[in-house]
Amino acid sequence: MENFIGLISFLVLMIAGYLFGSYAERKHYKSILQREEQYRNVVLMALRLPRVSHVEHTQLVSGSVVISVDYFKRFLASLRMLVGGRLNSYESLLDRARREAILRMQKQASDMNASSVYNIKFETSSISKGQKDRVGSIEVLAYGTAIVGK
Amino acid sequence: MLISNLELVPGKKILKHLGLVQGSTVRAKHVGRDIMAGLKNVFGGELKGYTELLEDSRTEAIERMQKQAEAIGGNAIINVRFSTSSVAQGASEIFVYGTAVVVE
Repeated sequence: MENFIGLISFLVLMIAGYLFGSYAERKHYKSILQREEQYRNVVLMALRLPRVSHVEHTQLVSGSVVISVDYFKRFLASLRMLVGGRLNSYESLLDRARREAILRMQKQASDMNASSVYNIKFETSSISKGQKDRVGSIEVLAYGTAIVGK
Repeated sequence: MLISNLELVPGKKILKHLGLVQGSTVRAKHVGRDIMAGLKNVFGGELKGYTELLEDSRTEAIERMQKQAEAIGGNAIINVRFSTSSVAQGASEIFVYGTAVVVE
């Protein structure tokens, strides 16, 4: 009987994770693509030194996000870990987190009328190592120097 | 105070280097947020509570660094870097450092 209850709750979590997780991911990607178009006027550069002739002022801008993978994908990943190979479910998680962090940084830069952001750096850390050292949720921070000028 | 992660200040001359300044803070999440995070671990998505928490602690770390730079007479901090490490389960340290300088 106890096994049966365990199985039921596992299935419910799997289905809920799959439904809500894939819905959230689709919605997130849609909003990412839309905002990437919106902030295209802020040029992002990984260069260390700015190539701008006229600089009015500079300021540090940053964007960060903490994002979690759903139950279904975590289960898929744990199966994949038995045989090794690409973990698709975590790849999309990290991709979403990075792009979201960049967008938040871009928004900050755009709000202060900056034309470009230089010397962009990333920081990635896992927040809840939690049970069995699994990557539950990750934090991505993107930062750089916004330059107002031509 | 001017804070930037470039190695120079574009359009301005650096008059004096004052050396490394740093600021750090260790924060833990509270139980309410933890329960929400547990739910989000099932459904997936952004953990807004944690994002805010880390944002706040980053601001505080920068403030501490700024105070240090002011104390030694700097008016700008350049080449700023961030670093995050988890100290214990549920607690993380935010560390920020840079070089204090005097610019025109």
